[in-house]
Amino acid sequence: MADINLSRITKSFGDYRAVNQVSLDIADGEFVALLGPSGCGKTTLLRLLAGFEEPDGGVISLGGQAVADPANRVMVNPEARNLGIVFQSYALWPHMSVARNVGYPLEVRGLGRAERDARIAKALATVALEPYADRNPTELSGGQRQRVALARCLVMEPRAVLLDEPLANLDVHLRETMQQAFLDFHRRTGATMIYVTHDQAEAMAMADRIAVMDRGRIRQMAAPETLYREPADHMVAGFVGAGAVLPIDDVAIHDAGRCSVRLGDAAIQARICQKVASNSDMRNGRDLGLCLRPEDIWVDDAGTLRGSVEDCVYLGGRFRLMVRLDGDQILPVYATKRARIGEAVGLVISDGWVFDRTEDEAA
Amino acid sequence: MQAVSRLRGFVPGTVRQMAGNRSSDRLLPWLLVPVFVISILPMARLAIEGVFIGGVPSTDYIRDVLGNSTTWRATTNSLYTAGLGTIISLLIGGAFAFLVALTDIRAKAVLVFCFMIPMMIPPQITALAWVQLTGPSSALLNAIGMAPAMGSPQPLYSAEGIALLLGIQHASIVFLTLRANLRLLPREQIEAARLAGARGGRLWWQIILPLTSPGLIAGTAMAFVTALGNFGIPAMLGIPANYSTLPTLIYQKLAGFGPSVLGEVSVLAMLIGAIAICGVALHHRLLGKRDYRLMGMVGRPLDIRLGARRSLVEIVLWAVLIAILVVPLMGLIATALVPAFGVKLSLSNYSFDAFYEVLFVQPSTIRAFHNSFMLSVGAAVTLVAICLPLAYVIVRRPTRLTHLVNLMVEVPYALPGVVLAIACILLFIRIPVINISLYGTLGIIFVAYLARFLVIALRPVMNSFSQLDPALEEAAQACGAGVGRRLRDILLPLAAPSAAAGALLVFLTAFNELTVSALLWSSGNETLGVLIFNLDDSGDTVLASAVAVVVVIVVITLMTCFQLASRRLPKGVVPWQT
Ligand SMILES: Nc1ncnc2c1ncn2[C@@H]1O[C@H](COP(=O)(O)OP(=O)(O)OP(=O)(O)O)[C@@H](O)[C@H]1O
Ligand SMILES: [Mg+2]
Repeated sequence: MADINLSRITKSFGDYRAVNQVSLDIADGEFVALLGPSGCGKTTLLRLLAGFEEPDGGVISLGGQAVADPANRVMVNPEARNLGIVFQSYALWPHMSVARNVGYPLEVRGLGRAERDARIAKALATVALEPYADRNPTELSGGQRQRVALARCLVMEPRAVLLDEPLANLDVHLRETMQQAFLDFHRRTGATMIYVTHDQAEAMAMADRIAVMDRGRIRQMAAPETLYREPADHMVAGFVGAGAVLPIDDVAIHDAGRCSVRLGDAAIQARICQKVASNSDMRNGRDLGLCLRPEDIWVDDAGTLRGSVEDCVYLGGRFRLMVRLDGDQILPVYATKRARIGEAVGLVISDGWVFDRTEDEAA
Repeated sequence: MQAVSRLRGFVPGTVRQMAGNRSSDRLLPWLLVPVFVISILPMARLAIEGVFIGGVPSTDYIRDVLGNSTTWRATTNSLYTAGLGTIISLLIGGAFAFLVALTDIRAKAVLVFCFMIPMMIPPQITALAWVQLTGPSSALLNAIGMAPAMGSPQPLYSAEGIALLLGIQHASIVFLTLRANLRLLPREQIEAARLAGARGGRLWWQIILPLTSPGLIAGTAMAFVTALGNFGIPAMLGIPANYSTLPTLIYQKLAGFGPSVLGEVSVLAMLIGAIAICGVALHHRLLGKRDYRLMGMVGRPLDIRLGARRSLVEIVLWAVLIAILVVPLMGLIATALVPAFGVKLSLSNYSFDAFYEVLFVQPSTIRAFHNSFMLSVGAAVTLVAICLPLAYVIVRRPTRLTHLVNLMVEVPYALPGVVLAIACILLFIRIPVINISLYGTLGIIFVAYLARFLVIALRPVMNSFSQLDPALEEAAQACGAGVGRRLRDILLPLAAPSAAAGALLVFLTAFNELTVSALLWSSGNETLGVLIFNLDDSGDTVLASAVAVVVVIVVITLMTCFQLASRRLPKGVVPWQT
């Protein structure tokens, strides 16, 4: 009942299109992360969903009902959408105590005092803030304020929860606790969650699917592992995960989405994007890219791909080398032992992903 | 479990009302209707007098008035005195507001309390006190041997004298507006600047001043417009020096009476209105370019340490306060205590006869107190109730209509009170359709007060709305709270300090108001201002001063009550409380 559909949503501020032709389908109960660089329009998209901004074009529907459809003059007020939202700036009310802040959604819905108090206590317990119930928000630390904002959102058990970088101010430990709280809440209530973040580790850890945004557009929306293994374009490949995208021009297609690619003197077995594989025009062009992840690359003196070590960093348990290839490209590689800067090494590549590099310009 | 279903059930029920584009917001523009009736209609009615002669449209009055050089001399004089007066208000009120709100000076509550008092003394009484104080026959200056030589001109009978008193009179307006604004200044923003290395003057000029510029601009605009329409001070100081401003010119025209008087007054009124609107338009232009919404938490006050300079600053503040408060009050009290006007006061001849006379012999004093109290409290309460939603509409749902209303509400305040009074008489002498007359009742004074003081209550509230982080309201909206509920639960408490400041301003201004009620009163319906004026006018200056002293005492008592109750009221409702 709380599936969310966005169809060709556009929102401009003056001449600037903050959200550009965005279409998204989010299933009921799904946990979606919205990931993207700063200023790409994540907050704006969230505000469109919540109803604080009216789209210039397109349709937003919640649970099958259009809530914003400028073409048909439909615009449902935010207060009637029953969506929970946690703001980037907390937005706590300074004149109300923590408990009243948290209980306000229940107050609006006219719940009885006893019921309300019980739920407030439960919500505060979820975020470990029971002792602070009677304080004023001004007397809390940044992280505590953030947690009050979360509790206020969770207490109303909304049909969908919109979170704008809710954990940005918390320390690592608390962040994990809160992530767990979100996941628990999500499992318990089955509410749809949309979670804005620019921390990809967080997005990958929590979300069923991740939508990557850039300059107002959705680049790709897929499960975290798909996003990581099979990025749709250059921007996603570069933004998500470590690794490198190398331009390639010679591909030999095998069956079942596999191909072999030449890189310097080496022949690499890689997976290939279905669209490229089935389109021979694209294949012969010189705009293909090969995405390599560090865990698919080994240092091995027998390797035919040669390069020299530019940099070596210990990550705990393993080293990350930056290896400069002959073609002046730089590859991140994980290694088990330290390497000297400038040392010549051989590399073996076990997997890669071939896609159309020009896609983002065309989009 | 039942509660869960209730929560879930909340959704489908409300989503169905989606036909309306923000349907509840549609109601908001209707708020503009009462504003039209009370503040724009009377003005329109008066304007008709200026452009119609005998029911026929004509530009004769306009040509007559604008072609006359006295009009332009008075305009220049008005601009000069109001402009200079505003600068003085800004310097005094601004300095007080900044120092009280942001630094660690001591005895803030007392300081603020005292600073509010000069505003409560009617302007003509202030002018009288200062004239008695500074002239060649000043008791005080003679005593210390510094009086100007006999026969030398009274220094206050000049443009600069008018400006000085206007500046002192309206300093509290700047102070209150700015302080309401400073309250919302979050500590973090100043702390961030200090960490960035901003110190001393740089901190003031580059961070605090720009952040508070909305309040500064609003206070300046209000002080200017108030000074422009002030009648008491230029009348007392300008007329003896043959120096006229637009309000005194209008007064002189009215006094002269002739067949064309209404038409000419109407044109002059439009001229003042036009200047006021220009000033306000400029103010909105300036404000429009700054969207300094203060993000983050509000509420924790700031205490910049002044260190060794603290005592010096305190001494200067108290010295200024003594000059603008204690000295004129002394003059007033002295006049009230003399056995007869003109008699030199000494320790042996003072008498309380005047107080006895006004309080126990003449019934009109108590009646006037009652009337003025009802009128000013009624106006303050009504206006705050109108202004909270109105300010919300103007700030958060701007349209061309609200822009117009925003400018027009300024007009009844900027016009001299007599002009507003004439407009109200013209309009309400017989209300069309329902056919009743308000003239001769307290009702007409009440309506005129609503029109005149609307803007005083409106500006501080607008100011604080435009500074609130919109997310505060949006968060409540996401919680399911509709417009009314958000106003009540979120916006109103957060705007309460400014609304209270506005209400207090209305109350204080209305309590001593003279120029509007001067034409509208009738026997039994006199206000305090009228009473004082009539006593003074008929030569009973001593009785007038006695009433004025009683007024000041009553107001100070009321303020003290507020002060004592402030611990029970929400934080910041009493504007002078720190
Ligand atoms: N009210 C507004 N008026 C004009 N431009 C705006 C407004 N709100 C956002 N923008 C612009 O729209 C773009 C997207 O803003 P948005 O706040 O959605 O970014 P974001 O992805 O949330 O960034 P961040 O991760 O830094 O929070 C930005 O370039 C911003 O400058
Ligand atoms: Mg954002």
